[in-house]
Amino acid sequence: MNKLQNKSFLGRIDWITIGLWFLLCLIGWFNIHAAVFDPEHPGLFNLQTNYGKQTIFIFTAVIIGFCILIIDSRFFISITPILYIIVILLLIAVLIIGRNVGGNQAWIPIGSFRLQPSEFGKLVTCLLLAYYLNTQANKTPNKQTLFIGACIVLFPVGLVMLQPDTGSALAFFSLIFVFYREGFVSNLFLILGALAILLFVLALLINQWILIGIIALTSLFFMFLFRKRRKNIINTGLLFITASIYILGVDFAYEQVLQPHQRNRIDIILGKMDDPRGQGYNLNQSKIAIGSGQLFGKGYLQGTQTKYNFVPEQSTDFIFCTIGEEWGFVGSVFVICIYLILLLRIVNIAERQRTPFARIYAYGVASILFFHFFINIGMTIGIVPVIGIPLPFISYGGSSLWSFTILLFILLRFDSTRKGLGQI
Amino acid sequence: MNSFFERKFVIQGIFITIALVIVARLFYLQIIDDSFLLSANNNVLRKVTVYPARGIILDRNGKVIVQNEPVYDLLVTPREVKDIDTALLCQLIHIDMAGFKTRMAKARAYSPYRASQFEKLISSETYARLQEHLHKFRGFYVQNRTVRSYPDSIAAQFLGYIQEVNDKDIERSNGFYKPGDYIGASGVERSYEELLRGKRGIKNLMVDALNRPKGVFMEGKYDTLAVSGDGLVSSLDIELQVLAEQLMKNKLGSVVAIEPSSGEILTFVSSPSYDPNLMVGKDRGNNYMDMLNDPNKPMFIRPIQASYPPGSVFKVVAALTAQQAGLIDQNTIFNCPGGYRYGGGRAIMRCTHVDGPTNLIKSIQMSCNTYYGYVYAKMIDSRGLPGPKAYDLWREGLLKFGLGRRLGIDLPGEKGGFVPESSFYTKRYGNEKWRSGYNISLSIGQGELGITPLQMANVMAIVANRGFYYRPHLIKGIGEKKIVKQEFTEKISAGVDAKYYAPVIEGMSRAVNMGGTAASVRIPGIEMCGKTGTVQNPHGQNHAVFFAFAPRENPKIAIAVFVENAGYGGTWAGPIASMLVEKYLHDTITLPKYIQDRIYNANLLPEVEKKKDSAMKKNPTIIKKVPVNSPKQTSQSTEKQELLVHHSQVRRTHE
Repeated sequence: MNKLQNKSFLGRIDWITIGLWFLLCLIGWFNIHAAVFDPEHPGLFNLQTNYGKQTIFIFTAVIIGFCILIIDSRFFISITPILYIIVILLLIAVLIIGRNVGGNQAWIPIGSFRLQPSEFGKLVTCLLLAYYLNTQANKTPNKQTLFIGACIVLFPVGLVMLQPDTGSALAFFSLIFVFYREGFVSNLFLILGALAILLFVLALLINQWILIGIIALTSLFFMFLFRKRRKNIINTGLLFITASIYILGVDFAYEQVLQPHQRNRIDIILGKMDDPRGQGYNLNQSKIAIGSGQLFGKGYLQGTQTKYNFVPEQSTDFIFCTIGEEWGFVGSVFVICIYLILLLRIVNIAERQRTPFARIYAYGVASILFFHFFINIGMTIGIVPVIGIPLPFISYGGSSLWSFTILLFILLRFDSTRKGLGQI
Repeated sequence: MNSFFERKFVIQGIFITIALVIVARLFYLQIIDDSFLLSANNNVLRKVTVYPARGIILDRNGKVIVQNEPVYDLLVTPREVKDIDTALLCQLIHIDMAGFKTRMAKARAYSPYRASQFEKLISSETYARLQEHLHKFRGFYVQNRTVRSYPDSIAAQFLGYIQEVNDKDIERSNGFYKPGDYIGASGVERSYEELLRGKRGIKNLMVDALNRPKGVFMEGKYDTLAVSGDGLVSSLDIELQVLAEQLMKNKLGSVVAIEPSSGEILTFVSSPSYDPNLMVGKDRGNNYMDMLNDPNKPMFIRPIQASYPPGSVFKVVAALTAQQAGLIDQNTIFNCPGGYRYGGGRAIMRCTHVDGPTNLIKSIQMSCNTYYGYVYAKMIDSRGLPGPKAYDLWREGLLKFGLGRRLGIDLPGEKGGFVPESSFYTKRYGNEKWRSGYNISLSIGQGELGITPLQMANVMAIVANRGFYYRPHLIKGIGEKKIVKQEFTEKISAGVDAKYYAPVIEGMSRAVNMGGTAASVRIPGIEMCGKTGTVQNPHGQNHAVFFAFAPRENPKIAIAVFVENAGYGGTWAGPIASMLVEKYLHDTITLPKYIQDRIYNANLLPEVEKKKDSAMKKNPTIIKKVPVNSPKQTSQSTEKQELLVHHSQVRRTHE
C-alpha cells in the first residue's frame, strides 16, 4: 500500500452504506427494546435484558466492522478457503455438540452466548464462491464451473439441513442471483424457475388433473399459434410433459418430503387451513399486530400486541411486528425503503468493482440480504410461509448481527480499495 | 464489467418488485383492513365487571337490618395451572379430590385460557387461610364480591332473599343481568331490586398473552364506575320486630303493626320465620330445600298471603258501614235474647251470652252477635232492593276498607283475600231470591270471608284515623334523599264519615278498659282500643285474633295479631298485642311476668301429619292446619261443645 491510499482511506469508504447499516442497527435496537420491554429494567443498557445484550452486540459489531476496514482486503481473499473449512467443521461439530433449541440443533454454547455456525456459513460460502468463480472469470461460463460453484453452495446447505434448519438452508439458494449475474443461468431458466414456483402453488391449490388439463389447453393454444415452426411445437410439447410430471411430483414431494409442520405452514399461507389458535397462531397474531398499527402506529412502547407477548419470537424472527404495530404503515415503509436503498446500493457497488471476486461477492451479499428481507417480512405479513430466519441487522441476536455485519463490511473493505486492488 | 452487465437491472427490478409487493400487502393490512385493530383490542382487553355494593336496609331508627359482607370467589385459568399441591388446595377450601377434578373439568370445558369460577362464596375465614398459600397455586385467583348479612337475623319474609339469576331473569332483563349475577327473589329484595342492585361498573384491563392482568387500558378512559345500590330506610322498628318475633316463636301466625298516620309498617312478623342468614352462602341450596319441605311453611308470607275469616273484629266494619248507609245510628238498640233467630225463627245464630237491650257501643264492647245479625238483615233485606243488589252495595263498602283486594304493599306476592260477589251466592242458591238469612254468618265475620292479617291491621289503622288510611308499606325512604314513593303518601278514604267512628271507638275502648272482652290486656297509662276475635276453624283449634290501636287520641300504632290454632283470642293474641303496644309507646312491659313467660314458652305448632299435604294443595291460600291439642290448653277443649258453625266465640269474661 502506498501513502496516497492511506491518506484518503476514510474518503474511500462508502459512508452511505455504513449509514444505512447503522440506521438499521438502531431501528433494531429500539424495537427489541419495545418487543421485550420489561418495566422492572427499563434502561436500554440493562444487561439482564435482551435489549441490554443487543447494545453489546451492536457495540461489538461496530468494533468488528472497524477491524475489518483496517485489515488488508487481500487478507480476506487469502484466508477464504481456510475460513470455509473452519465453518464447515463447525457445522459438523454443531450436529454433535450443539445445543438443541426449538427442535434445531443449531447453536454451540460459548460461555453465556450461543454461536450459530449457519449464520457464518452464508458468509464463507459467499467468499468461497467469489474466490472460485474469480479463478474462472476469464473463461466463458460453462457447466463444469457451474457444477463446482453449485457444490460450494450445496455442501453447507446439506449440513444445515441436517440440523434441521430449513430456513437457513433456503437462504443459500438466494445465491442463484450470483450465478445469474455471472451468466451461468439464463433468463429462461429464471422464468422457468418462477413458473415452477407458480405451478407448485397451483398444484397445491387446484386438483392436479384439472391443472394438467388447463396446461394442456394452454399448450394446444400455443402450438396452434406457433404452428408454422415445428421446433416451437415440439418445445411446447416437451414443456407440457415436463410440467405434468412436475405437477404429479409436487403432490408426492409435498406429502413425503416436507415435514408436517412445514406442510401446515404452507397450508395456512395458501388459505387451505384455518387454525388461528394452533398452527396459524404466530401468523395470525403477527398480522393482528401489524394490521392494528394502521397509518401511524401506536407509538413507541405502546404496542399492546408487542408488550403483552402475543407474538412469539417477537424480538428475533417476528421483530417486524413491533415495527408494524408501533410505527404503523409509515414506519414500515420507511424500513422497507432503507432495505431497498441498501440492496440497490450494494448492486451498484458490485458493478463498480474492478475484480470479479469483489463483484461476485457483492452480489452474494445482496442476494443473502434480499432473501432474508423478503422471507422474514413476507412471513410476518402472510405472503410466504413461516420460515424462521432473522431480519438482517434488526432481529435480536449476536451471531446474526455479527455475521451480517462482517458480510457487509468485507464488501465495504473491498470497495474502499477497488482502485488499488489489482489482479490477485 | 462483463457481458452480463445489463442483468443488474433485472436483479434490481426483482428487488424493487418484491419491495412493492410487501408495501402493497402492508397497505392492505394496515390501511384498508380495519379488523386487525379490533382483534388486537380483543386480544388485550378484558372487561372486568366491578360489582356494586347492594343497597343496605336500615330500620326506622337508622339501625342496620341488612348489610353486605365480603366473600371471595376462587377463579381458575386451567392453562396456567402447573405443578400445584392439589391436596393442600383441597384441604384449604374443604373439597375432596373428586370435587377438585370435576371443578377443573368444568373450568376447562368453559375455556382453558380464560378464568372461570372454581369455588364460589368462600368465607373470609377460609380466604384468610387460603391467601397465605395462594402464591403456590399458579393459575388460581381470588375475586371478591359481597353477600347479604343480617345482624339481627330478623324479618326474613319482609326482607326476602337474593339468588343467582336464572335464564328467564336474564331474558326478561334485556341483557342487564349476566350469568352469575344476583337478583332479589322475594320480599323487599325483589320489589326494590332495581334500586338496590346499583349499577355495574366495567374496568378495561389489559392482559398479556398468558391472560395475566397488565394494567388499565388508556388510563381508565373507557372504564365506568360501579354505582352502589340505593340504601333503603324501612319503616320497621327493629326492637319491636325482635320482640314480636320472640313472642311468636313456635306459633303459627302473623303480627302486623302499622303507624296509622303514615301507613308505615312497624312490625311485620310471619311465623314460623327463619334466619335470613341461612339464605346466604354455600349452604343456601340445602337450607332452601329444608324450608320448602318444612310442613309449617316458613317461606309462606302469612301477613299478606294467608287469609282467614276475620271473626268478631269484622263487627267494627259492619257497624261503620251500617251507620254510613243510614241503617242504624249510635242509639239504635236491638234486643239480644242470647241469639239471633232467622229463617222464620227456625235457625239461630247464638250469642255466648245474653246482653238484653244492646246499643251500638255495647254491641262492640260485648261483641254481640245478635246485634250484627239484625244489622246485616237490615242491610240486605230492608233497603227496598233485591238481595243480591243490596249485598253488592254492602260489599262495595267493604272494598273501600281495603278488604277483598290487594292493598298494594311494597312486597311481592300479596293476596287480596276474598269477599265474595253476589253472583257467588246466586250461583250457590240457584236464583237471586236469597236474603240475609242465607249468609248471615258474614255479619260476624265468618263464613266465606277471607281477610289477610295486613288487611285487618289496616282496618285498625282506618279506625284509628277515623276514616282513612295510607297504603301500608315497608320502605319509608329511598336513597340518600329518603324519597317516599308517591303511592304511599296518598290519603285513601274508607268511605265512612268521621263522626260514625266515635261510638265504635268508644266500644273498643270499653272492651279493653271497662271490663269488655279484652279486659285482660289493659295497659296502665295507655288508652288502647281493641277487639278480640276468635276465628272459627272447622279443622281444629280456633285461631286467636286481637286487633287494637293506641292511644285512643292521636293513635301511634294499629296492630293485628293472629295466632293460629290458639283458641280464644284474649288468651294469646291479646297479650302479645298488648306487650307490643306498650313496648312501642312506653318502651316497657308491665304485663305480669308469668303471662309473658307463658307466651314465650308456648309451643302451638301443629304436630306433623301426612294428611295435611293434600289439604294444602286444595286451597293453599287458606291455612288449614291439622287439629292440635296443645297440652297447655285443657280449658279450651271443654268449651268446645258450645261452639257452633258460623258463630263467633265471644265470652263476657275470661279466666
